[in-house]
Amino acid sequence: MTYLRPVTLEDAIRLGGSGGDAAYLAGGHTLIPAMKARLRDPDKLIDIGQLAELKGIDRDGDRLWVGAGTTHAGVEAGAGGIPALAHMASLIGDPQVRARGTLGGALANNDPAADYPAAALALDAVIETDRAAHSAEDFFQGMFYTALEEGELIRRVGFRIPDRAAYEKFRHPASRYAIAGVFVAFLGGEPRVAVTGAGGDGVFRWTEAEEALEAESDLGNIGAPDPADMTSDIHAGAEYRAHLCTVMLKRAVENLS
Amino acid sequence: MAMAISFTLNGDRVSSDADPTALLVSVIRDDLRKTGTHIGCDTSQCGACNVLLDGIPVKSCTLLLGQVEGHEVTTIEGLASDETLHPMQQAFKDEHGLQCGFCTPGMVMTGIGIAHRHGANVEKDVIAHELEGNLCRCTGYVNIVNAIQAGAAAMANQPRQEAAE
Repeated sequence: MTYLRPVTLEDAIRLGGSGGDAAYLAGGHTLIPAMKARLRDPDKLIDIGQLAELKGIDRDGDRLWVGAGTTHAGVEAGAGGIPALAHMASLIGDPQVRARGTLGGALANNDPAADYPAAALALDAVIETDRAAHSAEDFFQGMFYTALEEGELIRRVGFRIPDRAAYEKFRHPASRYAIAGVFVAFLGGEPRVAVTGAGGDGVFRWTEAEEALEAESDLGNIGAPDPADMTSDIHAGAEYRAHLCTVMLKRAVENLS
Repeated sequence: MAMAISFTLNGDRVSSDADPTALLVSVIRDDLRKTGTHIGCDTSQCGACNVLLDGIPVKSCTLLLGQVEGHEVTTIEGLASDETLHPMQQAFKDEHGLQCGFCTPGMVMTGIGIAHRHGANVEKDVIAHELEGNLCRCTGYVNIVNAIQAGAAAMANQPRQEAAE
């Protein structure tokens, strides 16, 4: 395995497109555990963790743009323009994980229990790469799958600034990943609800919940998502996860800010 | 042959001939023989391997040697100055914040991070929440929380010593 540390973004992208099984290494808090578990064994590791061009948070119009190399701690501290996003970042892993793990790494991996996919989908994010601008709607393509091509590098992510938003998750007590996490956002008056951790195929928009919020109907009457569409494992069964979605939804709506 | 990789360990410039993809914790322990940093779970969960990277606690089992080239790493061996313990170490001693001691090096590092983020008057519930990345299997968390609270107060009374920022 070859370790490479390019000093410019252009060099990183060129190396990423130079063939072989190349992997971008940012914080490494998904990739390194995956390599230890022998799930990944790239020929080339391209360390982009120190590229300043990939870090930072800027507001531009109705979007908050977050550099892909921004750590979870950086989002927690710097995404005050979207308090729900900053709060969500504060719930990832633990302080040591948040000091290293990055937004871009989390999105590229699309773990079905990761938090950022729910924020990106609910906040109608644009995922800007070296060659394209993906809408979150198209980006997430089932658990651990995304629209990214070989060598494609996420530069930054533009989250729409909501009228109000909130994220609530039921955390796995050891890993802190979501057993069920619900991100609710009102964008120009329109409600969007994205669920992570629970779906059998990764993050999804919960349209029944959106319709109920749109109609301002009693949240107590919203049925749980179909357990057949939920995931089930040793930590929580499908029916329990489906029920947790309703609980997290209610908590999120109570905490909209 | 690859070039040796240099970084600062406990204030001294060191270099290692290990592969840049070697885990930092392995380099620290096996190559540089600083065995105070422990390997507990090896899966980024337990915090026994925490070290300070440029003053911030991180998990050395989830860092590669290449990633710390040119940076400052501080292990538990680098906290005390001569015979004087770091205030966080002293607080763990005074408050009986350890039993078997296996998790302690990582706990001390996390405690230092909590003190830096939250200051001298950090509340116990904040400490408990931010200890979520550290496991103690002797179930000694009460005294660990007490120790970090005392250590944070003591650290406020002296300048930062463990990292140049």
